[in-house]
Amino acid sequence: MNITKKTDGTVLYLALDGRLDTTTAPQLEAELKGSLDGITELNMDFEKLEYLSSAGLRVILAAQKTMNKQGKMTIRHVNETIHEVFEVTGFIDILTIE
Amino acid sequence: MFIEKKPQSDDINSLDFKSNPMKKITVSPQLDSMDTVMAFFDECLAEQNVPAKVAAQINIAVDEIFSNIARYSGASSVSIDCEAGEDHVVLRFADDGRPYDPTEEADPDVTLSAEERDIGGLGIFMVKKTMDDVAYEYRGGFNILTIQKRW
Repeated sequence: MNITKKTDGTVLYLALDGRLDTTTAPQLEAELKGSLDGITELNMDFEKLEYLSSAGLRVILAAQKTMNKQGKMTIRHVNETIHEVFEVTGFIDILTIE
Repeated sequence: MFIEKKPQSDDINSLDFKSNPMKKITVSPQLDSMDTVMAFFDECLAEQNVPAKVAAQINIAVDEIFSNIARYSGASSVSIDCEAGEDHVVLRFADDGRPYDPTEEADPDVTLSAEERDIGGLGIFMVKKTMDDVAYEYRGGFNILTIQKRW
């Protein structure tokens, strides 16, 4: 998985490319751990993300909890497979998806 | 790592699918084996016309099941079978770890808020929701999990 990162003041953009699974989730976790200080808006672009497993959900949930405290988080361009994962797991009600 | 083709076993015959060569691999139950396992299933499904969404669901299921075995089973090895037809696939994981039936896992509460959420149990829950059949048996000292998906 590739992560493209862009910061604009306190707004952080992360675009994910590939698969967010057991193997790659630690990569996103590390990226977020080092990047969320002082961020008030986290925008994640899933346009090039193929799918995510529960290992990815765990990291997404942690990011959402952090952003609930310090601002907001939005996920964009979710494909059908990922949308279904969010639906089945009830994440659809926790996340802001555009 | 080795891959071999072998004739269908009696177990698979009982599933009443038409005959297809079964592929098999044995790996060490470690997260480091994940890439090998994924490549094995990609190869098994490569000749079939699997819709992209189904392929992703199968990849997710493999990720969930194998990572669970690698993390918690205490097994010394895992044997994995894949038998793909033009409209279905049968995946089977056999590990010699402690007896554990993931199908008995209680479904998580998917209505809780982010703060109340615990991620435990979501993986197997997704597998049960997206696959057509998930069956467990403990036989001869092995946890045997058989997953079927049709498209």
